[in-house]
Amino acid sequence: MAEKLTFALVSPERELFHGDVDQVVVPGTEGEFGVLPRHAPLMATVKAGALRILDGGSERRIFVNGGFADVTPAGLTVLASDAVDLAQVTVEQIEADLKAANEDLADAKDDARKARAQAAVTRLTALRAAKG
Amino acid sequence: MPSLKEFRNRIASVKSTQKITKAMQMVAAAKLKRAQGAAEAARPYAERLAAVIANLTAAVKGGGAPKLLAGTGADQVHLVVVMTSERGLCGGFNTQIVRAARERIAQLQNEGKTVKILCVGKKGRDQLRRLYGALIVDFIDLASYRTIDASAADLIGDKVLSMFDAGEFDVATIVFSKFRSVISQVPTVQQFIPAVPPEGVAAPDLGGALYTYEPNEAAILEALLPRYLRGQILRALLENQAGFYGAQMSAMDNATRNAGDLIKKLTLRYNRQRQANITKELIEIISGAEAL
Repeated sequence: MAEKLTFALVSPERELFHGDVDQVVVPGTEGEFGVLPRHAPLMATVKAGALRILDGGSERRIFVNGGFADVTPAGLTVLASDAVDLAQVTVEQIEADLKAANEDLADAKDDARKARAQAAVTRLTALRAAKG
Repeated sequence: MPSLKEFRNRIASVKSTQKITKAMQMVAAAKLKRAQGAAEAARPYAERLAAVIANLTAAVKGGGAPKLLAGTGADQVHLVVVMTSERGLCGGFNTQIVRAARERIAQLQNEGKTVKILCVGKKGRDQLRRLYGALIVDFIDLASYRTIDASAADLIGDKVLSMFDAGEFDVATIVFSKFRSVISQVPTVQQFIPAVPPEGVAAPDLGGALYTYEPNEAAILEALLPRYLRGQILRALLENQAGFYGAQMSAMDNATRNAGDLIKKLTLRYNRQRQANITKELIEIISGAEAL
């Protein structure tokens, strides 16, 4: 049996994924990179985009909103500030949310609210792009 | 001596209070469980992040470290972030935190430092306003957050970081309550800007290989430190939350027990009074009959 890569995806609130997989493709800020078992130690920042988990011929796509990847001999850890399983959202849902966020942005009165709405719009736009 | 009716009313009132405190205790117990779960779930992230930071700080040591890590070079203006709860009825929980904060502030003032206070949670602000009203620069209300999550921590983190970027303080500490057990919460004062690299975290064994950094150490550290700080804030908030429910649970347990004792005492006096009344009436009847 081929070697497996131990992969953990954690957000500040909880551990989202933990397990052995064949390969993980991470959207790094400097470009997408794939991590296979026995990868050399690497630290990289992650931009908002789709992270792909490949295992046994199946592919799982998870949207991460920026973060950080750490490859050690023990495996790969991705620290994401926010992650969504792309199989669990629909394009319509994202577009509805995006519309609402854009309205919030237009309505925002003070700077703090504006910044929050802007962050939501950026996130949803990236999510929409990742959903494809 | 109060009349029997007054006794009955008092007993009924204490009983309904007891029902309320009992219910609050059970609610707090349920919420404590959830808060503990949340604190637990947040641990992997914090631990991984701490390991990475420890690793990176070793690599970037010396020049070129970002300000968040190296400090501004000055030590004059201190920001104290005091985290308390939004609600009361939790025994000495908030008072303990405020006392720790006051000691810290007094110590800093004795050293001639300028102190600024950022209050998180209504109860701490109410207590600190009396003493240090002029020092409170801002107040963050978390009442609208039903559960503490990363967005609440981001709210505080963004505020603190923007103040730091604007050069409004040199050193920041957080005062919060560490959750040890239901009956024990330890008020803790912790420095977090300049960031203190975690101690006792072993760097992962690389088997002789060297880390590749993408884009480079400094950029990664730059991106990571704010996350690390937010993570620390989140952890403090979650610990506080768990501590709060623990304190509330034991406070309400005490209150329920007190109410029980009070009911027992009142019932005893009520019965005594009732018997005294019966005896008095009997004497009246008998002496009336004898007089005939």
